[in-house]
Amino acid sequence: MNWTWFHRLGSPPTFFRFAEKLAPWLAALALLLIGLAGYAGLFLAPPDYQQGDAFRIIYVHVPTAAISLSIYVLMAVAGAVALIWRMKLAEIAVVSAAPIGASFTAVALITGMLWGKPMWGAYWVWDARLTSELVLFFLYIGVIALNSAFNDPRAAARACAWLALVGVVNVPIVKYSVEWWNSLHQGSTLLSVQAIQKPKMSFDMLWPLLMSLAGFYLLFGAALLRRMQNLLLERERRARWVQDWLGEQN
Amino acid sequence: MSLVRALGSTVGRELRLAARAPAEAAQPLLFYLLVVALFPLGVAPNEPSLPVYAPALVWIAALLASLMTLERVFRNDYEDGTLEQLALAPLPLPLTVAAKLAAHWLLGGLPLVLAAPLLASGLGLDAATGRALTLALLLGTPTLVLLGGFAAALTVGLPRAGVLLPILVLPMLSPVLIFGAGAARAAAQGLDPAAPLYFLAALLALSLTLVPFAAAAALRNALEA
Repeated sequence: MNWTWFHRLGSPPTFFRFAEKLAPWLAALALLLIGLAGYAGLFLAPPDYQQGDAFRIIYVHVPTAAISLSIYVLMAVAGAVALIWRMKLAEIAVVSAAPIGASFTAVALITGMLWGKPMWGAYWVWDARLTSELVLFFLYIGVIALNSAFNDPRAAARACAWLALVGVVNVPIVKYSVEWWNSLHQGSTLLSVQAIQKPKMSFDMLWPLLMSLAGFYLLFGAALLRRMQNLLLERERRARWVQDWLGEQN
Repeated sequence: MSLVRALGSTVGRELRLAARAPAEAAQPLLFYLLVVALFPLGVAPNEPSLPVYAPALVWIAALLASLMTLERVFRNDYEDGTLEQLALAPLPLPLTVAAKLAAHWLLGGLPLVLAAPLLASGLGLDAATGRALTLALLLGTPTLVLLGGFAAALTVGLPRAGVLLPILVLPMLSPVLIFGAGAARAAAQGLDPAAPLYFLAALLALSLTLVPFAAAAALRNALEA
């Protein structure tokens, strides 16, 4: 197999131009899918027999919660690449993914709280899934804080890569320990959500969800590319290719 | 043999350094005792639910006390250049890190464990709960020191690492808190605390084998910067 395309993509100028072409398409497709899923979720899907219309928040909540975890894994994989091959682009990916991951986690938490108030009667309960999502949020905040504490951006990115790698080992431990902690208590009647959360979903509710999941993934892709482009411009502002590119813009 | 001697002298050096500044070495223990002593002042006198919160309180105090001094574990060596010599020395850097953290645990972690039975009886815990809490601290505080040491290594060259360190490491330490306080809670309910204690031991084994490598790599990163 020929890997030259991969190496070429690893060079900042080539990646920048590639991202410049790809990002608008990703963003447009993401908005289209999220818009359609939003319409379908709000108007076409039937109300839930138990939760009524309140369930419709899952079309935002479930995708953001699912993606918030995969962003952390992506960050750790990019971190490993950055540490093993010292690829500048992977370092930039680590640093760029963290704020997006934190935002997705925050959206998942906030939509979950809005849903929790009418369903459970409280914005916040110390349920295992909520707590591990909150810990994930703090893990993202840690990466962002660590990155901003350094003067040297490359040392910052490598430190973040290490933190993400140690964190990704920790995430499953946190998840299962929190579940274990909660199962010590008697299951609250308010909280017997497994039945509500894992319904055998009917297809007319499910397809907007899948569509919105795809849409949010594309949105993440577009946001990541744009953030990486910004960082590249900032870090390589003295490089020739940035000057050339800026010249083309005017 | 020379490996063991090198490890021994690294631990010995840390202990000697601490012995020459005894007031500083006593700070984490004092902090820990003060936090635990202040908590009952915030609730009603002779509050009957105090033993319910006691394990969590002791654990939070232990977390904060062991993080308080961890910022310094590599800092002085970094500033006076010793760390660079250690990184160049034939002794593998992960082993040096492990030895330094072991010494740090002896100074900052073990006193917290030894003081725990006293605090447990002071907070109104029964003997079995106090025992479970002490054992849990014995198994859990090395993990705190290891993960805290990793974060200290990440932030060693930074000017304001003091606040950053807890932000980095506290979320990762939530399993230790869960199982550590869980052991005491299980004992308080008359259950066998073995399961959470085993979990703590497993976390310790995992972090003891992996964290020194990550911490050594983080130190090298800081030295390169």
